[in-house]
Amino acid sequence: MKLNRREAIALGLGGIAMAALPMPASAATVEELIGEFTGGAAVGTGGITITAPEIAENGNTVPIGVDAPGAVSVMLLANGNPTPPVCTFNFGPAAGSQVASTRIRLAKTQDVIAVAKMADGSFVQASANVKVTIGGCGG
Amino acid sequence: MISRREFLQASVAASAIVGASGVGNWARLAAQQALTQDQLLQFDGFGNFTLIHVTDIHAQLKPIWFREPEWNIGVGEVKGKPPHVVGSDFLKMFDIAPGSPEAYALTYEDFAALGRTYGRMGGMDRVATIVKSIRAERPNSLLLDGGDTWHGSMTSFLTKGQDMVNVMNKLGVDAMTSHWEWTFGTERVLEIVENLPFPFLGANIFDSEWDEPAFEPYQIFDQNGLRVAVIGQAFPYMPIANPGWMFPEYSFGIREERMQEVVDEVRAEGVDLVVCLSHNGFDVDRKMASRVTGIDVILTGHTHDALPEPVLVGETILIASGSHGKFVSRVDLDVRDGRMMGFRHKLIPVFADVIAPDAEMASLIEAERAPYKDQLEEVIGTTESLLYRRGNFQGTWDDLICQAIIEERDVQIAMSPGVRWGASMLPGDAITREDIHNVCTMTYGACYRTEMTGEFIHTILEDVADNIFNPDPYYQQGGDMVRIGGLAFSCDVSKPIGERITDMSLVATGETLDPAKTYTVGGWASVNEGTEGPQIWEVIESHIRKIGTVKLEPNTSVTVTGI
Repeated sequence: MKLNRREAIALGLGGIAMAALPMPASAATVEELIGEFTGGAAVGTGGITITAPEIAENGNTVPIGVDAPGAVSVMLLANGNPTPPVCTFNFGPAAGSQVASTRIRLAKTQDVIAVAKMADGSFVQASANVKVTIGGCGG
Repeated sequence: MISRREFLQASVAASAIVGASGVGNWARLAAQQALTQDQLLQFDGFGNFTLIHVTDIHAQLKPIWFREPEWNIGVGEVKGKPPHVVGSDFLKMFDIAPGSPEAYALTYEDFAALGRTYGRMGGMDRVATIVKSIRAERPNSLLLDGGDTWHGSMTSFLTKGQDMVNVMNKLGVDAMTSHWEWTFGTERVLEIVENLPFPFLGANIFDSEWDEPAFEPYQIFDQNGLRVAVIGQAFPYMPIANPGWMFPEYSFGIREERMQEVVDEVRAEGVDLVVCLSHNGFDVDRKMASRVTGIDVILTGHTHDALPEPVLVGETILIASGSHGKFVSRVDLDVRDGRMMGFRHKLIPVFADVIAPDAEMASLIEAERAPYKDQLEEVIGTTESLLYRRGNFQGTWDDLICQAIIEERDVQIAMSPGVRWGASMLPGDAITREDIHNVCTMTYGACYRTEMTGEFIHTILEDVADNIFNPDPYYQQGGDMVRIGGLAFSCDVSKPIGERITDMSLVATGETLDPAKTYTVGGWASVNEGTEGPQIWEVIESHIRKIGTVKLEPNTSVTVTGI
């Protein structure tokens, strides 16, 4: 019996799940997307926190949280996905806190990036590396 | 303010013994007479509270041989730091005489000769004697179990962990955390936990659907007015390193921010001491201790390290108590004014021929084994070689297991998982069915046969190597390298993922592995549901029956560089 790669993975040590999809011709780079979001303004650090697992338990549904006190808008990107944009959270003036969480699919090991637009028009950014692995053999 | 360092008074229990050099001349009896239970347990009580720590017992009720690693490579910032120090370097670092009882207990050199001199180690009836003795002396004490307790032996497999649950209940554990426990599946874990007389802690165990805490994160113990918080941290990579389909309801992870939150919560409750009972693995705990504030003591586990001294990280002490019941850690603490003012520590080696078995526990262990005795003790073959597993690469037990897979499953390449559990055997030992189970028992032991491309085999080796040699400890899962039969390769541990594994070739023909070509591969411990094949212990038993006597040639198929 000849197995294709996907079946071999299922029989092997674990589940790196998906094959990479072809990159859509129109896909913008992460830099372009950030540039579009900020209008070219400088992006600082601090004041924004991403919560993500170091190693994804399931690359198909990875819980990601972002906390950016004082933000009006937070854009989430996954730089290793065929289409990096994940979503943008907008916070109205009545929002009690600027915290959001979601689950995203990650095609491979990559950085998840969050860029926040603050109320004063400044921008801050944070990123977290999430590893998507076959799985090992814990002691 | 008193510096904690001034209070650091650590020692291995046997260190009072002198004149233990020239072990070859020592009759075993003489060695045992020189070691006494009183010496092993001797401890000048200190402070007002005691922690007793056991971890990673892997269901070993009876004394065993366990050879410590010859390879325990540290990368990045931890290079050359404990526990990444082995053999003679370890002896030098901790000022231990070669050939001494401590050298036998803590390092690998001359293991067979020293094993014959000093005897087996561990045994839960001996552990019971130690625990009872400490408790008699120290009414303010807690016995904490770091997990990997219910799994690892044939009896624990056959009773679904019940034998260990009964023994640990009898021992009087005050709290535990978990890892391999989960490989019995959610239903069985919950069934046991419901009836446990102590908390099953895991601040990092979350409901996978709602991403909310699912188990008790901590317990606050009142010790005659002293309030001690014990926070549990289960193995973070549960659904990645072990089959997630067996406990799909739960999510784990390091969750550093959650740990800080829980520490802050118990501190706000006004506790006097914060202890983290962890199954993170030593390097993960060392990093966590540098980033989470407010933990006084981390009782480490998972990576099976035995350290004669605590490691200090800022204001936190890290204790490493070994595995397989070989050691019990005693940590006496001086807790005053809501903080830890000092400590005294001893890693007590459980020399089975020196520590008297506790009679009650011994009879419970015999009762647990009785229904299976004939199956357990049936002799399958003998070994002329020293059989051991632990170490970053290869190991003779897995050389034998890979040979068994190649022969019995008719494959070119065999893979055996780099778990850190599994007792050793000395040359001349009879191999029983129980001995085979000790190195492979599990609830997902099907030995599969499949085909893989050279490229995919490379991907597997790279992936597993990165779980060990990623310089960021938070990406280390705490196992050892997957063991390979039929395939030679080189591993440069200093390189990033994708560049570590080179020079892959088939041992039989010397032919270079072709990424595009397909090879037959056998292995066990697949984390995927529905894996088919005979159980690995049946494969090994069948092979040993055929060969009768195990005689292994040195394995030179793996070349390690970048150390």
